[in-house]
Order: sequence, then C-alpha cells, then structure tokens
Amino acid sequence: MGEAGAFVNGAIAQSVSPDSPTLRLGPGSPLRMDSGAVLAPLTIAYQTYGALNAAKSNALLVCHALTGDQHVGNLHPVTGRPGWWETMVGPGRPFDTDRFFVICPNVLGGCMGSTGPASINPETGEPYGLDFPIVTIADMVRAQALLIDHLGIDMLFCVAGGSMGGMQVLQWAATYPDRLFAALPIATATRHSSQNIAFHEVGRQAVMADPDWRGGRYLVEGTRPAKGLAVARMAAHITYLSETALHRRFGRNLQDRSARTFSFDADFQVESYLRHQGTIFVERFDPNSYLYMTRAMDYFDLAADYGGSLANAFKDSRTRFCVVSFTSDWLFPTRDSRAIVRALNAGGASVSFVEIETDRGHDAFLLDVPDFVDTTRGFIDAAARARGIA
Amino acid sequence: MSLARTLAPPRVDLLRVAELVAPGSRVLDVGCGDGELLRLLVEQRNVDGRGIELSQQGVNDCVAKGLSVIQGDADADLVDYPNDAFDYVILSQTLQATRQPRVVLEHMLRIGGRAIVSVPNFGHWRVRTQIALLGRMPVTESLSHSWYDTPNIHFCTIADFIALAGEVGATIDKSAALDPQGRPLNPIWPKWAWNLLGEQAIFLLHRRR
Repeated sequence: MGEAGAFVNGAIAQSVSPDSPTLRLGPGSPLRMDSGAVLAPLTIAYQTYGALNAAKSNALLVCHALTGDQHVGNLHPVTGRPGWWETMVGPGRPFDTDRFFVICPNVLGGCMGSTGPASINPETGEPYGLDFPIVTIADMVRAQALLIDHLGIDMLFCVAGGSMGGMQVLQWAATYPDRLFAALPIATATRHSSQNIAFHEVGRQAVMADPDWRGGRYLVEGTRPAKGLAVARMAAHITYLSETALHRRFGRNLQDRSARTFSFDADFQVESYLRHQGTIFVERFDPNSYLYMTRAMDYFDLAADYGGSLANAFKDSRTRFCVVSFTSDWLFPTRDSRAIVRALNAGGASVSFVEIETDRGHDAFLLDVPDFVDTTRGFIDAAARARGIA
Repeated sequence: MSLARTLAPPRVDLLRVAELVAPGSRVLDVGCGDGELLRLLVEQRNVDGRGIELSQQGVNDCVAKGLSVIQGDADADLVDYPNDAFDYVILSQTLQATRQPRVVLEHMLRIGGRAIVSVPNFGHWRVRTQIALLGRMPVTESLSHSWYDTPNIHFCTIADFIALAGEVGATIDKSAALDPQGRPLNPIWPKWAWNLLGEQAIFLLHRRR
C-alpha cells in the first residue's frame, strides 16, 4: 500500500475517531429525520476557535459545503493543508477568532467524524453503507441545533456558509428564526436547479458504476471505488470554475511535453489538473458520503416546505441577512441569490445583497477575493456592533 | 460611478428630504449611494431603512455602516417589492438617470404609501440660456456631463415632473424648489418662477386610491 493508501486509511480513521471534539448522543435522544427514519446513537464532530463570551452572544456557526468538513481554520488532519476558509476565519479575519467563538461542525452524513454512511450501524455492527437514511439539509441543521444546545447557546450571533453551507444558513433562518441574529448565505440557492441535480446524478452514477463500489458495501468487502469517485470529482470540479478562469490558467497548454502524443495520455494541462483533483479528493472523502451529500442538496427546496412560498419561509424574520453572489458563478448564479433577496424583502426581513465582480466562478467564495472579504467584514462588524459584541 | 450621486447633491438636499420623513417609519432609499441619507434617517428619525444601490463600493460602504442595502437599480429591482411595503420610497436625484422614469415612479407609489422624489430642473434659466443663446446642450456646475457621456438620459423640468405626477394618478402633498445653495425658494411664488429659478425640486407624493 502506497502513500495514497495510507491517506485513505487516515480518512477512514477520521470517520470513526476524528481529530476534533465530538458530541455523542445516546439512544435516549434520537434524531427524527425528514425521511421518517430515527437516528440513534448520533455523533457530531466539530471544531471551535476563540472563546465564548460571558453573555454567550458571540457564537458564529460556519456551515461547510458539499466536500468540506469541520476543519475550517486549522491544518487538515488527513491532507495537512490549511483550513478550507482561512481567508475568512482567524485572528483579524472577518470571522475574527479574537472576538467570536467560531463553531464548525461536520454535517450529518459527512465522513470526518459525524454520523454518516461510513459509521457503524449498531444493529449490524458493520458500516451503514446504503442502509444509512437519506439526509436532508433540514436534518443537518437539526443535528447542528443539538450541538448548539449542548454548547449552552440560545442565540447564535451569525450563521455563515457558501454553496451547500449557504443552504444550511437559509434552513437555519427558516427553522430557527429566533436563534440567529445574523445570516450570511453565500453563492447559494433556496433550491437546487435541474441542471445542478443533473450534474450530481452524473457524479453518483460514476461512483456506482465503479465495480469496487459493491452496492455501497466496499468498506465491508475491503474494496474502494476510487476511480468512480475521482471521475465524479473531476466532473464536479469543472462546475466550480468559470470558463474564463479555466482558460486563463491552462489554455491549451500541454503537460510536460512539447507535442501531442497521439494517445489518451493527459496531454493537456487541464486534464492533468483534473486528474490530480480527482486523486487528492478520494484520499480524504468517503464515496458513499458523496452520494448522500449530493442527494441532500438535490432534495433542498425551501419554498416547497412552506406551502410553495419562499416569503413564508422568512416571514417576520428579525434576522439581518447579507446575501452574496459572484458574477461568474454559473452553478449558483446571481438570479438564485436575487430570488432569496426577493423572498426576504417580501417577508419584510432586513437584507443586504452584493454581487461580487470576479471571474473565478463558484469557488470564489473559498478564495481571497478582496471585495468579498471586505463586504463580509463590513457586515459582520456592523452586526457585532448591533449585537453589542466588543 | 454611483448612479445616485452623479450630481453630487449638497448635504442640504438630503436634509430637506429627511425633513419630509415621519419618525419611526419604514423607508426605502433607491440609489442610496454610500448610505449618507439612510444613516441620517436611521440615527435622527429612527426609521427602519433599506436601500438599493448600483455601485459595489456604495453597497460595501452601506453594509459596513450596518445598513440593509441591495445591489441593483431602480429600473430592474423595484418590480420585486410587494405593494405597500414601505411608508416612504425615496429617489434622490436619480429619476433622470433611469431608463423608464414613469414606470419607476409608478412602482415607487405602489411600494410606498408616500414617494419622495428630488429632480434636477432642466428648466432652470442657466440651462435655458445655454440652449437658447449658444445652441449647445447645457453643461453646468451641477449638470457637469457632456451630452454624449451623461448618465442623465431623461431630463425633465419642474413643470414636466408635475405633469407626470398627474398622469400617473399621484397627488403632490408637498413640494419645494431649491436654489443652487440648497435654500428653498419662496413657496408662494408661482410654479413658473420655480421652474425658472429652482436648480432642483423635491416632491412628496402619494397615489390617489
């Protein structure tokens, strides 16, 4: 087993005993899920940064995206790379850990220590695999609320997140309007579009078509559908970038060669890059968890849960919102954010909206885009003043 | 460039607008720039204030002030607001820069119980003189753009605006014409005198039901 194999073992180990605190809830406090399933026991792995103040008013919940995890502001225990939102979280950053108590849980169904398809099913003693119940965004948020209860926090100062994290922010605002002072949904939507569901289905089929997937029982059978998951990641990765950014970075440049090889080698730099993205992803992510995460996003339709009216979801909300989109994001385009803003306005909520000019695509929310960082800092600082946080 | 502040109105203009707003009311400022008026209203009149602003810098400035502001413009975004969502909808020095001033005014009257509109007066004697004597499109201190690069594509005079208000079924509750220093002209002067001597005018209107 090579270096990659060791990484994979590290990832599996993280799903069982993560390098972070965990909240473990026994059979006495089951989680009732949208599917009707009742989940117990339940583990939520999470990271915190900074300190909770005496008034317990400075807690800032960060919700991670599809393939993120709780390691938002520290070196990743498997990859050794910096936290995934280091532009945003840390001393002096917009989510200033000298002022705020930043909490980031691994979502329900994830694979970095929170209960998910790689966890042991107490009924069989084996990993759940596809016996794990389908998870929704609302289920994720319910589980997070249990964690927030456990931490003794009544009202969060802010809930923030991009993409699938933004969906959780919107769900928080709809489900627990009295438990968040401010909300920062970024590059997100109140429902997944048909095109986005389609991309996710391609990814899932790639995983399932890998003979090593074994009907989801690969952990039991000792195989690993790495190729399928890598292809899923490669396809998805394209959707996170803009055509402009991709072409600027790679153009038609050749990879370590001066001429075409008249073969199916990775002649082009962009091919090599995508293959690399696929490879490093499978080292840290559970294939079944990828199926569950993508499904949760597909099922998300906030308006449907509120009688078809998005405005009802946010009616009489006293939360102050700042909605952010990016000009070159075609996965969650600005019109999706405008739909959120319209609904918030119709519900009479306090909302700001910014469309950040950038050519870096959907992934812009993870990158150091100065206008975006400035907007976030301004919103958070003003909200902190209003909340009376020093 | 901020659409709202292309004419860089003096602060006194904002004060005149602010005086028309009842304390504690709900206000939408369309083209709110860096949020100067909104902040004034929030701090001094305790309003629940919201804004719309086109420029990234303007929106960021507003958000940093704790104001709730949406990036957008009057032509595209007013349509999204529900009826009677605000007590006042304010459009300060921006109507002449919209693509469809009449539609914008109708939306304002639909969204708000009252609309407050301030417009630069194209009927001012300096403007008239430049056209009449020089035969050139006017460029003045407050209308500083040349005809080919001006964002102000739908100029009107005070008399024109009063006529438009009538056409859209609005009643003008209050109005004032201001001189170049922002001082109100004598309210008992006839409107033709305002139209000649006012550099800008402010109107408080509501829709007849």
